[in-house]
Parts: sequence; C-alpha cells; structure tokens
Amino acid sequence: MIERDARPRLASKARIRLDKQTGQQVLLYPEKGLVLNSTGAKILSLCTGERRFEEILAALRGDYTEGPVEELEAHVESFLRSLEQRGLVEGLSA
Amino acid sequence: MSDAPRLYTLIAELTYRCPLRCPYCSNPVDYQKRKSELSTEDWVRVLTEAEALGALSVNLTGGEPLLRDDLEAIVAAGKRLDLYLNLITSGQPLRRERLERLKELGLAAVQVSIQDTDREASDRIAGTRAYDQKLEAARWVKELDLPLTLNVVLHRENLDRTAAIIELAERLGADRLELANTQYLGWALENREALLPSRAQIEQARAVARAAKERLSGRMELLFVLPDYYADRPKACMNGWGERYLLVSPEGKALPCHLAHTLPGLEFENVKDRPLAEIWRDSPAMRAFRGDEWMSPTCRSCDRRSIDFGGCRCQAFHVTGDARATDPVCSLSPDHGVVLAARARAESAGERLVQLRYRGGTRPVT
Repeated sequence: MIERDARPRLASKARIRLDKQTGQQVLLYPEKGLVLNSTGAKILSLCTGERRFEEILAALRGDYTEGPVEELEAHVESFLRSLEQRGLVEGLSA
Repeated sequence: MSDAPRLYTLIAELTYRCPLRCPYCSNPVDYQKRKSELSTEDWVRVLTEAEALGALSVNLTGGEPLLRDDLEAIVAAGKRLDLYLNLITSGQPLRRERLERLKELGLAAVQVSIQDTDREASDRIAGTRAYDQKLEAARWVKELDLPLTLNVVLHRENLDRTAAIIELAERLGADRLELANTQYLGWALENREALLPSRAQIEQARAVARAAKERLSGRMELLFVLPDYYADRPKACMNGWGERYLLVSPEGKALPCHLAHTLPGLEFENVKDRPLAEIWRDSPAMRAFRGDEWMSPTCRSCDRRSIDFGGCRCQAFHVTGDARATDPVCSLSPDHGVVLAARARAESAGERLVQLRYRGGTRPVT
C-alpha cells in the first residue's frame, strides 16, 4: 500500500512531453520512452512532490464515476509502483 | 515514396576531436582527414528539423562534445524544442560550473564512459591520463541531481573485472550502467585480435551481471550487451536502417549509423545541402536497406527478418565484402566461418600480447 501521506514525484531523470506525431504524452528517460495513456498522464501530472497521495486520489476520483473507488486506487497504486520499479517515480513512502 | 519511418532519436556527433584515443572508438578510422565542423546555426537547424520529424531525444556525442565551445547554445536550442538532451562524454575537459550551467540550460542526462576500474588499465585503453577526472565528473553529475549513466566498453582485458565495475557504478550512484561489449567495427575491427574475449570470460561476466541486475532492480538499471560474435543471431542494429535513429556527423552527413559512411556505393547527403526531412525520407542511401527487398536469400526466407533486419550492414560489409549479405554473426550466414575462426583464435590467445592500434598513433602517452 502507498501511504496516504506520501508525496509521489517524478524522478529527476524522467520528463513528460507531448508527442506531436501521435497526440499522446510520453515519459522520457535515458535511452528510453514510455507512451502514457490519458489516465497515466493525468496521474503523473498530479505527482508534483507537493500533493499527498490522498489528495491525488481525491483529485482523480472526480474523473472516475464508474466502478468502485477501491478499483481506482488499486489501479493508481500498481501504475505508480511499476514506475517506481524502473526508478521513474519516487516518494511513495511518507 | 511518401511515407517515411518515424524518427525517434537524433545522434548529434558534434565533433570528432577527443582527448581520448580509445582503440575501439566508433569514429571513422580516417577521422583526422575530416576537419570542417557544422556551425552553431547548422546544429540549431538540425535539431529543429529533427524535432519536426518526430525526434523526442538527442544524444549529444562525438568525439568529445565538451570540446565544442557552443555546446551551451546547442543545449539551449534543444531545450526550447523540448528535446530530451543526453550528453555522452568522456568527462573531460570539464569544470563543475560548466556542467551546472548546462543543466540550467536544459541538459537532461549525462553518460560518462570509463574504460576500467583500474586506473592504469583505464588510462592505458584511453591512451591518456583520464581516470580520476572521469570519476570526478561522474560525482558532479550526481551532486547536481542529473541522472548518470556509466558506460563501460568490455573486452578481453577488463571483462574479468565486471563485478568491480558494477561496484564502482553503485558507489558513484549511477542510475544506469551499460556494460557494452565491444562491437568489432572501425577501430575495434582493426584491434579485434587484442580485444575479443574468450567464451568463458563472457559467460562468467554475464552471470555476474545477471545477478547484479536482480539485486539492483529499482535502484540501478543494468544493461549487459552481449558481443554479437558470441551470439547465434545478429542484433537488430539501430532497430533497422533508417527506421528510428538518425546520426548527423560533425561535418554534416546524415547517416543511419556511426559507420554507414564506410560502405561503398552510398552517397550520404549533407544537412547543409537539403532539408533533413527530405534526406530522411527520400535519399537513396537512407532508403538503401529499409524494408526487405535488398536482403540476401538467407534473410528474405527467414522469419526473423522483421526482428533483426538482417543484422548490421557495416559488419556484413567489413567481414564479407558485401553490404547486402546476412550479418556473418548469424549462424545461418554462409560467411559465419569467419566469426567462428575469430572465436577460436580468442580461445587460444592466452596471454599472447597483441599491439593495440590507437587513434592518433600506436602508443599510449601515459
């Protein structure tokens, strides 16, 4: 579980930009890039290092009216953990 | 032809000048004959045109890119285009203040090469005293909170120190470690006898790297690039000719890879003469090995042709004399015997000394 008071942020090696050829956001880091879907891009735009994880979830809930809240939380957690595994997201512990 | 592949990465070789003289350098063996370098304005235009073609990242490399006084201006231009700017450097000549300034201007990441963990061995390969300065530069990268990639080219002299190299990368706090076995082209092909390791060396180093990769997961990305002389199938060189990468050489030639200009019969166009988009899309040399029509019967009948694209064109030419041949590292290649013979010699080489041929002369200056 990501702690509610954690303040996730992008690692310094990661940068997000618009790929003008596809209209999608991409996460760039040394020698690689990941295409973000709109949900992923939205989540990462909230990971500023200032917002608490609790606040990030609250901000996302507004956009997701379908399905239970737990499902959204699990989805956000696994997304952030997978990026943490690649060293692209930091601050998942409070 | 109206459709061109999507460009992702521009490799900007800003200069062939370099304080190091490594005997496996990817620069042309006749680099000293090539004097004229693109201007700042030329490079700003190249970055702009590459970004318009789809490029998201730029490797600023050389030679030693720090020898360009206008590196700051080039970085600033790249930042305005929102390009991910990766500086690939030997770490010298560099002052901390300059690195700090480059970061402020928009540099995103730094790759420092070291030659070995042993100072003497490292300086012997570099052909100059460079080791301490390299480590200092790597420390500055981390102090300035820039991501650090450490790149070490592996060969028979340093392969047995793979564990120590990984330890050094950990101590420096590297975000990424590239353990790249020498590719036997250009200078390295001239020095193949001295550099090619034995299979036992490779297997042991690979096992060490594999264990470390697991242990360091999430902290350091570890990449071990097998020398293709010991693989049964070729690498997807550059992810295909003119498919994702474009290299612009110091004098402005637009190339699909570092050594494409060594292939006969191909006229590579200069970015000063024609818009980059046209060169990328239409130039006969850039199209020469796209798709599979050019392929040898061995490749064209093989299911892997869309995975490895027949391997490396430069390796095919420099080993077999035919740039369209199947990469001879492939065990299906009719020329594979050349690779097997080189392997056999590496097994029997023992302690035999082979003289290295250095950039700029045969002897190191240390």
